[in-house]
Amino acid sequence: MNLRLHIWRQAGPNDTGMLKTYDVANVSEHMSFLEMLDVLNEDLIAKGEIPVAFDHDCREGICGTCGMVINGRPHGPVARTTACQLHMRTFKDGDEIYIEPWRAKAFPVLRDLVVDRGSFDRIIQTGGFVSVNTGNAQDGNAIPISKPDADRAMDAAACIGCGACVAACPNSSAMLFTAAKVGHLASLPQGQAERSSRAMNMVLQMDAEGFGSCTNHYECEAACPKGISAEFIAQMNRDFISTTFGGKA
Amino acid sequence: MELNTGIPSGPIQQRWDKHRADLKLVNPANKRKFTVIVVGTGLAGASSAATLAELGYNVHAFTYHDSARRAHSIAAQGGINAAKNYQNDGDSVWRLFYDTVKGGDFRARESNVYRLAQVSVNIIDQCVAQGVPFAREYGGYLSNRSFGGAQVSRTFYAKGQTGQQLLLGAYQALMRQVGLGKVKLHNKQEMMDLIVVDGRARGIVTRDMVTGAVRSHMADAVILATGGYGNVFYLSTNAKACNVTATYRAHKRGALFANPCYTQIHPTCIPQSGDYQSKLTLMSESLRNDGRIWVPKNKGDQRSPDQIPESDRDYYLERKYPSFGNLSPRDIASRAAKEVCDEGRGVGPGGLGVYLDFSDSIRRLGEKAIADRYGNLFEMYERITGENPYKVPMRIYPAVHYTMGGLWVDYNLMSNVPGLFVLGEANFSDHGANRLGASALMQGLADGYFVIPYTIGGYFAQGGLAGVSSDSSEAQAAVKEAEQKISTLLSIGGKRSPTSFHRELGKIMWDKCGMARNEAGLKEALTRIPELREEFWQNLVVPGSGAELNQSLELGLRVADFLEFAELMCYDALQRNESCGGHFREEYQTEDGEAKRNDDDYCYVAAWEHTGVGKTPTLHKESLSFENVQLATRSYK
Ligand SMILES: Cc1cc2nc3c(=O)[nH]c(=O)nc-3n(C[C@H](O)[C@H](O)[C@H](O)COP(=O)(O)OP(=O)(O)OC[C@H]3O[C@@H](n4cnc5c(N)ncnc54)[C@H](O)[C@@H]3O)c2cc1C
Ligand code: SF4
Ligand code: FES
Repeated sequence: MNLRLHIWRQAGPNDTGMLKTYDVANVSEHMSFLEMLDVLNEDLIAKGEIPVAFDHDCREGICGTCGMVINGRPHGPVARTTACQLHMRTFKDGDEIYIEPWRAKAFPVLRDLVVDRGSFDRIIQTGGFVSVNTGNAQDGNAIPISKPDADRAMDAAACIGCGACVAACPNSSAMLFTAAKVGHLASLPQGQAERSSRAMNMVLQMDAEGFGSCTNHYECEAACPKGISAEFIAQMNRDFISTTFGGKA
Repeated sequence: MELNTGIPSGPIQQRWDKHRADLKLVNPANKRKFTVIVVGTGLAGASSAATLAELGYNVHAFTYHDSARRAHSIAAQGGINAAKNYQNDGDSVWRLFYDTVKGGDFRARESNVYRLAQVSVNIIDQCVAQGVPFAREYGGYLSNRSFGGAQVSRTFYAKGQTGQQLLLGAYQALMRQVGLGKVKLHNKQEMMDLIVVDGRARGIVTRDMVTGAVRSHMADAVILATGGYGNVFYLSTNAKACNVTATYRAHKRGALFANPCYTQIHPTCIPQSGDYQSKLTLMSESLRNDGRIWVPKNKGDQRSPDQIPESDRDYYLERKYPSFGNLSPRDIASRAAKEVCDEGRGVGPGGLGVYLDFSDSIRRLGEKAIADRYGNLFEMYERITGENPYKVPMRIYPAVHYTMGGLWVDYNLMSNVPGLFVLGEANFSDHGANRLGASALMQGLADGYFVIPYTIGGYFAQGGLAGVSSDSSEAQAAVKEAEQKISTLLSIGGKRSPTSFHRELGKIMWDKCGMARNEAGLKEALTRIPELREEFWQNLVVPGSGAELNQSLELGLRVADFLEFAELMCYDALQRNESCGGHFREEYQTEDGEAKRNDDDYCYVAAWEHTGVGKTPTLHKESLSFENVQLATRSYK
């Protein structure tokens, strides 16, 4: 198939950037979306032009590195699918496709489709862990954890840190990402000791990074490639409120 | 060169305890005076960086990713082994040790493997304490599954995302230390070289992947935890950015590279669909429990699979290995698939594929039963190929998946360059010529949480480390060399992209140094690789400049190192005149096509010394002795 792409080009963090149009021919339906961009880039190099910078690594939907807004939707049109797992059979001959970076104050564009998501790491640094030094642990079976609790923890922990939730949110809020980590650890006995300070510190850091607040649009949940449930946001809010009022979650 | 392994004496069960008791300690107040550079934030890197910081060392961690959480370890699916014996099924440290030595086809160091099995139990405890959501039974206790090469159930898992959850555990421990100011994290920094001062590893050169700045970082010890080099084949199940630069640069600075030819090829991956293919995806081996593998009997049979009658099908694994059939070991199943495709009987685009057919099982058990077992895998397959495996047989093909070779290390995980430690997939130590499933995650975390925190202290406590600075001539020379290399790459102004060279190299390696190797093919590769390298330096094009985010440049730099390293792999494969584990030399097989080991002449670790680009490297041998597991032919018949 032949496609017309409109891709955000921005030479560096201080450049203004603009959409540029490229035609790609003979795209196979079996290609992944990123392979289609690989082909475009090889063409651009052959023509002496600068290829499009985009982030990716595992190309299996697990590392969270890839991320781009495709026709207005983070990761593109297929639900619960990262950009790297999207295949060209979703598109048809003659389609025009708009490809843009995540847009959020807390995710500055570094080049073209590549953004800096360091703010996510800094949120985790303020509390997204259990404070246990190596060597402190007791036997792994010493505390039984019910299967539903373990499964719930796993559901939350499946977040890949891609940032699509932020890109989808009209307020650029990082609530779903933050709540996923809070929810993961709050579901387990190991996470209880620091439960209240964790929610508090992470939410404060989220604000400090310039992410917006949550006004319950749930666009994040719809965009999340891992299906992280917005229920975790509600749970985090409860933990946060009880901490703010001096109690323990 | 004398290869001093530093293996403690005494009964194998007591060696690690004895060694820990003998190691000198660094006074807690003095630890912060030692700076450690850790390159890599995968399981091995993140676990070591966090643990060393907890102990009080001053740690600098580097990764080329934008976040430490994105290391390739994140992609591991199946699980992690540990000799917990929670299932009461006869597992023990001894049995895990034995299985690993045998699985490695008797080419691993017994003492290291025993220690690995010992600390495996601590890993699970540590991960649980961190909040890793391992699968649980209804009673609340940890669940296990079985994996290849073992007759006990000792694999712990977190859905199909075990690597992700273990890495997030280590990442969170690391982030905690970053937040406490004890680890300085350097994201998007690619290590370009190792700095050796007075014979010791004292720093690294990095390129900032956003600004392009090249600079040195100095330390008292350098830890490389930079993963494997499977991407030398271009197509593999590894993440796209995985590369050999860090370990290969260290090799060029004097570190010996051990067993580079030992690569693991996984039999069940989704085949290549076209020239644009950028990577390969693993499909769980468990599918072979219910799928039957076949190809058409006749070459060039173009009929769709449902049109090919039973009489025209060749269920070649069942035919050749009647006792194991479709569940033959990984290496055997992989080679058999290659053989039928080489004969021109492969299926799908390019003839590089074999059918994995579930129709018998679906008829026997019903579609629902198959969906319960493999639903998510079938979905993933359909997402990638657009074909419904309930209706059409899957097409699979073997793919490069893991590299057992790596930098040579002693019992302390230190290379022959004092102060350079190597952990995880980047070292050569524990898996011999073949790694068992679920053992790489175990090794990475064993190295990082439980081995290096002890052994690095022993190195520092010996003393003798003088002050060192970025002004040293060695540091300045290394920075300059890196800058020159970058400007050379940018100025070639030829016609071919880094990717096109990488693809061509990968094809040579796959054809000549892949699943099956022979003398003539390896010799041919040893002439073609230098030719390709020469063309690379004359005809490469890298657009843009060095002082910006430039992904073509990153690739170009990595491919340049692959083009040298590939030669080393071929030399290694050529000298090893035997077949063992993942290394299959066609000349050395039994009548029924099994690997034929030669313990009289090749029971050693091949550790290579760099002598110059394009020059024959020098081979050093560490002979292996098996005092606890008797050398025997590895038979799964
Ligand atoms: C698809 C797949 C599935 C697997 N499943 C399993 C499984 O179920 N069980 C199992 O035990 N094993 C499995 N493995 C193997 C296992 O995942 C790896 O061997 C292991 O995770 C490697 O960990 P590591 O810490 O050594 O390196 P990695 O996780 O690869 O980390 C390497 C790190 O080094 C950094 N780095 C590298 N070079 C540089 C440089 N020059 N400069 C700066 N930073 C650098 C990277 O940024 C990264 O942080 C699987 C492998 C694959 C490919
Ligand atoms: S919550 Fe979902 S969308 Fe947000 S970072 Fe995690 S995986 Fe990505
Ligand atoms: S590249 Fe890893 S999730 Fe897309």
